[in-house]
Amino acid sequence: MNRILPILTVVLIIVALWYAAAVRLNSAWVYDQAARAGTPEPGFSELLGLTMNQDRPVLPTPHQVVAELEKTTLGLPVTSKKSLVYHGWVTISATLLGFVMGTGLGILLAVGIIFNKAMDQSVMPWAIASQTIPILAIAPMIIVVLNSVGVTGLIPKAIISAFLSFFPVLVGMVKGLRSPDAMQLDLLRTYSASNGQTLRLLRLPSSVPYLFTSLKVGIAASLVGAIVGEMPTGAVAGLGARLLSGSYYGQTVQIWAALFAAALVAAGLVTLIGYIERVTLKRMGLAR
Amino acid sequence: MKDNFAAPVIEAKNLQLVFQTGDGPVQALKDVNLVINKGDFVSFIGPSGCGKTTFLRAIAALEHPTGGTLTVNGMTPDQARQARAYGYVFQAAGLYPWRTIAKNISLPLEIMGFSKEEQAARVERVLGLVELSGFGNKYPWQLSGGMQQRASIARALAFDADILLMDEPFGALDEIVRDRLNEEVLKLWNRTGKTIGFVTHSIPEAVYLSTKIVVMSPRPGRITDVIDSPLPRERPLEIRDSREFIEIAHRVREGLRAGHSDE
Repeated sequence: MNRILPILTVVLIIVALWYAAAVRLNSAWVYDQAARAGTPEPGFSELLGLTMNQDRPVLPTPHQVVAELEKTTLGLPVTSKKSLVYHGWVTISATLLGFVMGTGLGILLAVGIIFNKAMDQSVMPWAIASQTIPILAIAPMIIVVLNSVGVTGLIPKAIISAFLSFFPVLVGMVKGLRSPDAMQLDLLRTYSASNGQTLRLLRLPSSVPYLFTSLKVGIAASLVGAIVGEMPTGAVAGLGARLLSGSYYGQTVQIWAALFAAALVAAGLVTLIGYIERVTLKRMGLAR
Repeated sequence: MKDNFAAPVIEAKNLQLVFQTGDGPVQALKDVNLVINKGDFVSFIGPSGCGKTTFLRAIAALEHPTGGTLTVNGMTPDQARQARAYGYVFQAAGLYPWRTIAKNISLPLEIMGFSKEEQAARVERVLGLVELSGFGNKYPWQLSGGMQQRASIARALAFDADILLMDEPFGALDEIVRDRLNEEVLKLWNRTGKTIGFVTHSIPEAVYLSTKIVVMSPRPGRITDVIDSPLPRERPLEIRDSREFIEIAHRVREGLRAGHSDE
């Protein structure tokens, strides 16, 4: 209860501010309508009613977003092209595939950096450079290039996703694989352990806490990548497609519902990884 | 000690070791001459920077001498390591938290390719040697610091090297635990007949344990005195109150002071 109360308070304040902003921002349309019809400007209580449930509000009210979320998740079969569950799943599948690809790439590059001097000196600058490119600029090109060689659908989105998620994993794993101290490494040298054995028996297990920290950043980045990847694909399916079609047709309620769905998916994925992290570190005796 | 079994296990002749540092070369070991025979318990004592740890690490091929010769079982230190000539115990136990005590002890066995059955049998045997039988399934955090260090000694014993190198193994433990572990190391040495190299900066520890005490001094790191202990092999803790013990301790102290006076 002690922890829930502050959270609830903040949520209530946000909701109140949101309603206030909705009244303010949506009132312009109400005044505009009144001026055109030649009727007198509505009073405050009337204004409240007229700004709460507009079809295309500048800022949809919280209950409109919740209603839209409910309608498009619970109110429709998941196979429907309007179901957010359907679109959400399209995005999640690209996110997860990209996340796995990105994590694998990050770990492989990190291992390469640890064992190969040339890679140690050359990979990191390129990795950093790759992250300075705006993803919005490079995503359409990845889609177009892959499309021209016949790769469409899930894979291009997953690649954009992996492009964003490999980086935190790479940085975290390099640090994690280097975390065993000199004494630990000397001990394995006295056994004449090979590089592979050192990696498997000491470096990889030692890097697990670092890996999980990176995975939490990585999965959120993967989701962003997948949504961005859906925007230039001609907007057929996915949360990104919902955002795009919402903005084409001025369906602000739909945009906000898709945004909230994306946030919920992100929170769910990060929480899931946090849970796996807790269980794993506890079992490994590494819990801090 | 039975002299007819004595054979040089470790032999250093004019050993030099220079570290290249940012502030120029540092002479860590200068003209070190020493013979360690089979079954000896040799302590290296001296202030920090005297090269005692460096010498132990050179024996283990963790550092490489820049001059002179060093042989271990008649081989170079690198060859001796390949031949599994020694087990090394560090100041910290360094057990892997994600492995049980038994799995920690079988770590070197796994690396060296022993069969599963052989691993289990050896782990059981060395757990008995360090009096940790029954703790194999525990995790390191469930054991006290002293028990963890005993487990790390068991790990060094697991592959039957005849040399045991110990680098201030009990330096981080309190006096009471330390006394107890000293007794146990002596028992272990008596039972196994290993040759032991032991780095310490405690005079009573060195005198109590050793058949040979090597006193070293810093800048440059060198040997100032080698004392062959007249104490018997069987050493109850009370021996530390005997006149002989106090005389040896006095000579070690004198040696340490002499090493310092020429600074």
